Amino acid sequence: MRLLAFSRRTAREILRDPLNLVFGLGFPVALLLLFTAIQANAPVNLFEIGRITPGIAVFSLSFMTLFSATLIAKDRESALLQRLYTTPLTAAEFILGYALPILPIALAQLAVCYLTAVCLGLPVTGRIVSAVLILIPTALFFIALGLLCGSVMSQKQVGGVCGALLTNAAALLSGAWFDLSLVGGAFERAADLLPFAHAVQLGRAALNGSAAGMGAHMAWVAGWAALAACGAVLLFLRQMRRD
Amino acid sequence: MDAIRTVSLTKRYKDQTAVDRLSLTVPQGELFALLGVNGAGKTTTIKMLCCLTQPSEGDAFLNGASIVSDAPAVKRRIGLSPQETAVAPNLSVRENLELMCGVHGFSREKRRAQTERLAGQFGLETILGKRAGRLSGGWQRRLSLAMALIGEPEILFMDEPTLGLDVLAREELWDAIRALKGTITIVLTTHYMEEAEALSDRVGILRDGRLLALGTPEALRARAGTATLERAFLTIVKEGEA
Repeated sequence: MRLLAFSRRTAREILRDPLNLVFGLGFPVALLLLFTAIQANAPVNLFEIGRITPGIAVFSLSFMTLFSATLIAKDRESALLQRLYTTPLTAAEFILGYALPILPIALAQLAVCYLTAVCLGLPVTGRIVSAVLILIPTALFFIALGLLCGSVMSQKQVGGVCGALLTNAAALLSGAWFDLSLVGGAFERAADLLPFAHAVQLGRAALNGSAAGMGAHMAWVAGWAALAACGAVLLFLRQMRRD
Repeated sequence: MDAIRTVSLTKRYKDQTAVDRLSLTVPQGELFALLGVNGAGKTTTIKMLCCLTQPSEGDAFLNGASIVSDAPAVKRRIGLSPQETAVAPNLSVRENLELMCGVHGFSREKRRAQTERLAGQFGLETILGKRAGRLSGGWQRRLSLAMALIGEPEILFMDEPTLGLDVLAREELWDAIRALKGTITIVLTTHYMEEAEALSDRVGILRDGRLLALGTPEALRARAGTATLERAFLTIVKEGEA
């Protein structure tokens, strides 16, 4: 009951912010349209709708970090969290109340992304559902990262780190719209260590119906999600004691 | 029975003592004001009493429950209206009130009854559908106060409740606070001497975390030999400095 009330509030705050809707839904749609237009004029293998959509889907999920981190940082700065800390809400209810409502928002974003791709020529198959569901650990990674950043950063810092740095890292290091081996070296090795490129590979494999290498990619993404979740819980609890 | 009893309540941050062995009692139903210059320890005291920060030493008992060993019981008994407005800006006034009902675990019927009661008490009926973030500062403070009272607290803490409000909004909020007097125990911190004088039954003056004086506004004026509480406050604080 208490968790439901707090979760409902989290969802409302995020969905009622017009900037969130623009970035969360509008941006991936705009990117898909842009890459489809490029593909129409100068065909590139990487920009084919079946290859580019999983990349855009992963990149779009990075905005979940921005949403959750901004909300938590704002709640800390406005003292709303301080007020709520004096109520019977438990630490677990706080953490779940911030994290859980963002998962359906992430799934809705993925659905919009793939629906747009279908409108742009992606064949309708059951694999689309697999491609969406397989990104759930990636969504959880980005949500947990938001909880972590929101617990230690101010709104301004969140804007810089999650809004600029993370989204760019997710775009560049995921291999969503260029082949990472073209850059090679330390860049490629860094990309391989981070979860973004593995998440894109997972999405592509699910969409192609190919199981090869999926286990390793999934383990890598799930590991990062677990790491981010542990960090988020620890840092949220720490700021709870401090605030 | 005392609503609040602090026993050598102390808070240290590294080598700085924010609150120094504070011992005082506040009887049930009293409106008690904590006065002090910036950094006197008012907000830290409120934070400790609300279980937002652990004391370094000592304890406090809120209607018998210890802030050190029984925080859940304390939280069931208190309401806090923080220094900032602390409302959810994208939620309507009604949704803010319902949020507080929800986090207290109220049933749907009680949620509806509490929302209507507090909306009526604070004159919020006509703006129930408005987004909280679009309200003026005065209305946000009213909403903040109503949110603090949703859980039917036995003790209400208000940290600088009228900070930044214009004269009219401040007067209206004073009326709302006066209407609460006697029904619950209230502890407020303020920089405004006229606020403490107009509202409080007793006043405590803090400086550098220590309680310098405690008494009714009249008693403090008489003690300092001054005509106003502001002059009395200045005299007592300067004495404490010497």
